[in-house]
Amino acid sequence: MSAAALMTEADPPLLTVAGLGKAFGARPACADISFDLYAGEVLGVVGESGSGKTTLLRCLSGGLTPDAGTVLYRPAEGGQALDVHALPEGRRRLLMRTDWGYVHQDPRDGLRMGVSAGANIGERPMALGARHYGRIRADAADWLARVEIESDRLDDRPTTFSGGMRQRLQLARVLVSGPRLVFMDEPTGGLDVSVQARLLDLLRDLVTRLGLAAVIVTHDLAVARLLAHRLMVMKDGRVVEHGLTDQVLDDPHHPYTQLLVSSVLQA
Amino acid sequence: MSQPDAGVTFGYLDEQTKRMIRRALLKAVAIPGYQVPFAGREMPLPYGWGTGGIQVTASIIGPEDVLKVIDQGADDTTNAVSIRRFFRRVAGVRTTERTREATLIQTRHRIPETPLGPGQILVYQVPIPEPLRFMEPRETETRRMHALADYGVMHVKLYEDIAHYGRVATSYDYPVMVNGRHVMAPSPIPKFDNPKMHDAPFLQLFGAGREKRIYAVPPHTSVVSLDFEDHPFEVQGWDRVCDLCGADDSYLDEVVTDDIGGRLFVCSDSDYCAGRRADGHQGPAAASAAGEALADTMEQVAREHASEDPA
Repeated sequence: MSAAALMTEADPPLLTVAGLGKAFGARPACADISFDLYAGEVLGVVGESGSGKTTLLRCLSGGLTPDAGTVLYRPAEGGQALDVHALPEGRRRLLMRTDWGYVHQDPRDGLRMGVSAGANIGERPMALGARHYGRIRADAADWLARVEIESDRLDDRPTTFSGGMRQRLQLARVLVSGPRLVFMDEPTGGLDVSVQARLLDLLRDLVTRLGLAAVIVTHDLAVARLLAHRLMVMKDGRVVEHGLTDQVLDDPHHPYTQLLVSSVLQA
Repeated sequence: MSQPDAGVTFGYLDEQTKRMIRRALLKAVAIPGYQVPFAGREMPLPYGWGTGGIQVTASIIGPEDVLKVIDQGADDTTNAVSIRRFFRRVAGVRTTERTREATLIQTRHRIPETPLGPGQILVYQVPIPEPLRFMEPRETETRRMHALADYGVMHVKLYEDIAHYGRVATSYDYPVMVNGRHVMAPSPIPKFDNPKMHDAPFLQLFGAGREKRIYAVPPHTSVVSLDFEDHPFEVQGWDRVCDLCGADDSYLDEVVTDDIGGRLFVCSDSDYCAGRRADGHQGPAAASAAGEALADTMEQVAREHASEDPA
């Protein structure tokens, strides 16, 4: 268990989710989901395709408006917790590019494919008012190095990047503004295993070093075990099991979790 | 003054249409830089030739107005000549080539070199009114970005220019921030003209016919070209003067004069150039054969114009 999670008594949670539900027409995608997320904590959400993981993530990040329930976020400067879905859109967008970040499963959704890597990383600082080209560029170069992309690719477009590089570039683009909370939707989806391993290494390193809180949606239990402190198992839009990662994976209680864990090949 | 055709309303458009466009203009003036949608009409010229500008002009022109039409600064090009002739015919107004005499100037892609005064109105023809278009193709999204003043992507474009060319290579339609609130496309004027828009004493109206948008910059409104602290906005410069009139402060066009590499650089604003020559200024190539031929052509066009306009 991380040190941050031990401080739960002292600090109020970063994110408080209560009774969240979203249906598309008559078809419920997720229902009655409640949890707390503390600063520096990584929550994994696992479950099979169609279990409502991505819908949950989009509801949390303000991209979708839920039918029921609330998402409260406690900003860094303290003060009142913000009801994410009651905020005016301008405020929510600001939150999305300052305190928060969203890493898409397909990097093409999160990147501007038509402009260079440097411009991609610089977009958030520029949107927040950075107007010094030299500093924006230096920051971009620094972040490119931190996600292990060669510095001479700074002026290349992401279209010339491999899948793994694009995903790392997307991380740099999100992390450059120093977010406190990052939502990741299958960050390793579609990558081959060796590239996955490198990305996971990098992610784990960045998350610990920056003290990020994160919600990571994945169907890959290995990813969950490596990155997540706590785990939520979803099935048919509901949370069926919730606990510390090791506990859930090593001693699954719910029959569905048992099935999930036993269906992974042991290497 | 020649009489307008019977059976044609003054200024071509019917009264309902003029009222609709004037309403859009009032809204545009009230919210500087904001693009107001309007029900653009079919005009008797193709899209891209100034259907937006001509509708704005037709809605505000009055019998007392003196109209000047320029195309890339020149009064004597096809687009300018035909629009001028159109208004002389449907409104019977006086037309001129002299910037100082005009009360209403319709322009395609230039602001005259002679400073305009408070009694004048400049109408721009605009092909693409949306400055965010090349970064964000969705209209619903660009409208939302304007509403929330979410303009980070504009600097992404400028960043990209500097990263690839070492400087901001955008040389026309250079984006501006109007009144500290709306990012606006100044129409494809060269960025050389951008500073003339700032705190200008005259009213500036923009009409985009195909896209059906009208926007405006009222007099004495701040118009700031976007830039970076370490790459400040700057305009084009030439290391030479106008070959005909010797002006060193005007926007120069390159004119190819023969097929063995001969060329002249002359003011794109033909009225400004002619005015300076009439005042006795002479450029380095004014006495050359090519220079004289070019000056002669320009004078001949001006004479034809004067003879068409008995007023």
